[in-house]
Amino acid sequence: MEMRRVSYRFWIARQVELAMVWGPALIAGIAVAVAARFAAAAVLPFAVVAAACASWLVERGRYRSWGYAERDEDLVVKRGLLFRRVSVVPYGRMQFIDVTAGPIDRLFGLATVQLHTAAAATDARIPGLLRADADQLRDRLAAVGEARATGL
Amino acid sequence: MSEVVPGDHWRRLHPLSPLVRFGRVVVGLLVLSVPSLQATHPHDRSWLNPSLISYAVLLVAGGLAGVVSWAVTRWRIDGGDLRIETGLIRRQSFRIPLARIQAVDIVAPLAARVLGLAEVRVVSAGRGTERGRLAYLTAGEAPQVRARLLALAHGLAGETPEPPAVALVHVANSLLIPALSLRAAVAAPLGIALAAIVLLVVSPEAGAAFVSGSFGALVLGIISVGRTFNEDFDFAVSEAGDGVRLDRGLLQRRHETIPYGRIQAVRLVEPLLWRPFGWVRLEVDVARQHMSRESDPSAQQVARTLLPVASREQAMWLLGRVMPNAGVQPPPEARPPRRAWVRAPLSYHFLAAWYGHKYAYARTGRVQAATIVVPLLKVQSVRLESGPLLRALRLATVHVDTAGRRWQASASCRDQEEADQMLWAVSERARLARRRTAA
Repeated sequence: MEMRRVSYRFWIARQVELAMVWGPALIAGIAVAVAARFAAAAVLPFAVVAAACASWLVERGRYRSWGYAERDEDLVVKRGLLFRRVSVVPYGRMQFIDVTAGPIDRLFGLATVQLHTAAAATDARIPGLLRADADQLRDRLAAVGEARATGL
Repeated sequence: MSEVVPGDHWRRLHPLSPLVRFGRVVVGLLVLSVPSLQATHPHDRSWLNPSLISYAVLLVAGGLAGVVSWAVTRWRIDGGDLRIETGLIRRQSFRIPLARIQAVDIVAPLAARVLGLAEVRVVSAGRGTERGRLAYLTAGEAPQVRARLLALAHGLAGETPEPPAVALVHVANSLLIPALSLRAAVAAPLGIALAAIVLLVVSPEAGAAFVSGSFGALVLGIISVGRTFNEDFDFAVSEAGDGVRLDRGLLQRRHETIPYGRIQAVRLVEPLLWRPFGWVRLEVDVARQHMSRESDPSAQQVARTLLPVASREQAMWLLGRVMPNAGVQPPPEARPPRRAWVRAPLSYHFLAAWYGHKYAYARTGRVQAATIVVPLLKVQSVRLESGPLLRALRLATVHVDTAGRRWQASASCRDQEEADQMLWAVSERARLARRRTAA
């Protein structure tokens, strides 16, 4: 089964988010290291850099783990690095579809498509789609869902 | 039937309805006002103290509101709708399309039974019982209205009598009482209490504290079991054309129908202490009302028990009626691999999951075995999940989601490859099941 990946811009957006968290943390770490009277504080900036690198790696793994496939009868969404998840949602079961975009995603012209079924546990979310792609996907899903609607 | 057909013209609810609806509030207020009554001396002229007055005002205001709400509420069956109009200041008018009616239940709380009244609850698709409640009609009228609504809902003439229900199972109260008292809620504190008494004999100081604690738990346990007993008293299951009908209740009688189409899953529970007697319990999960949040807790709880206690054969037979050809005996390959013990040491001995052409099954439980049967036709989505520990063990869990609000069938801790295969196989079979019904 050919899985479609999410947009590369999604990875850039995530990196921007990481920079927004770890940048100030690094500055604060350096400030503390300079101001502190004891030598051990010098380790702090390096610890921050190490943590930033680790979370960058995790985030990259997460980005790479996202994948989705539109099959004949259902949508398959794969995600997760530590917690691997695969969801199979039949088109006929979709009740509504959300397209959302956070502030940073909007900056990069990205959107998230989320499917809802009558089951609360259903968890089928595809982030990092280009705005136009997201709208197209939503319309396509809505059309095919209507054609195959089976209700409860 | 008399010359007046109920529901053909605008009608009010029974004049005693406010009494039943607000009866609980009145009793509550009276109980609350007892301390202030006691606080006053009999010869004291100041019995008109502020708190008493405020209770009296509340009582009068509540009663008045009840009477007004009764006076402005009316209902009728008109064309293809059940219409209810209510509200004095904010006038509301509801139309419940008869074609969307899924079931009509009759509920009679104790106060209503004393006054010879009953409530008719209309369960409609996507709405549940919200807004479809006629509280209260006379006990004689309620079944007539119910029969009429059901007949019209099925496109028959309004005068058609209700289809006769075929009695399936009746649970003897002599079986219900011992079965309920063996539930963990009572049995565990009872065991502790007995142990505490023994301890009391051996060493009085240590025992005393232990006894008082365990008796508190015992009282709570008895209350919860008493409530279940009150609900499941005189439990009768019968089969009407469109669903399973349940008649039950000691103080509050309920006549409910669970339409077959609304059943999302059935669960077979085998409590530990029931095992020597071979008793089991059946529960159903019905579709969630996601359109609205049902504020009434009793509506939430509608018919979760399908059979409070029965022998295994009887339960299997009833399960066969509700879900034809469902077999809950796990085949040998349904067991997870031995290394799953590391992840689920307490429930490993019960874990099992398998699927056929019509149903998916999952057995779980630490102390009591619970087997969930999900019709593949009702599957909303299938998910595979594995966290770090499961992956280290090369295991994965497959969830089969339904629109039910209580359980999902989860095949816990399967071998990774098997889980992958199960994910696709269950989705594929669910697709085939949907196609079969559509055709």
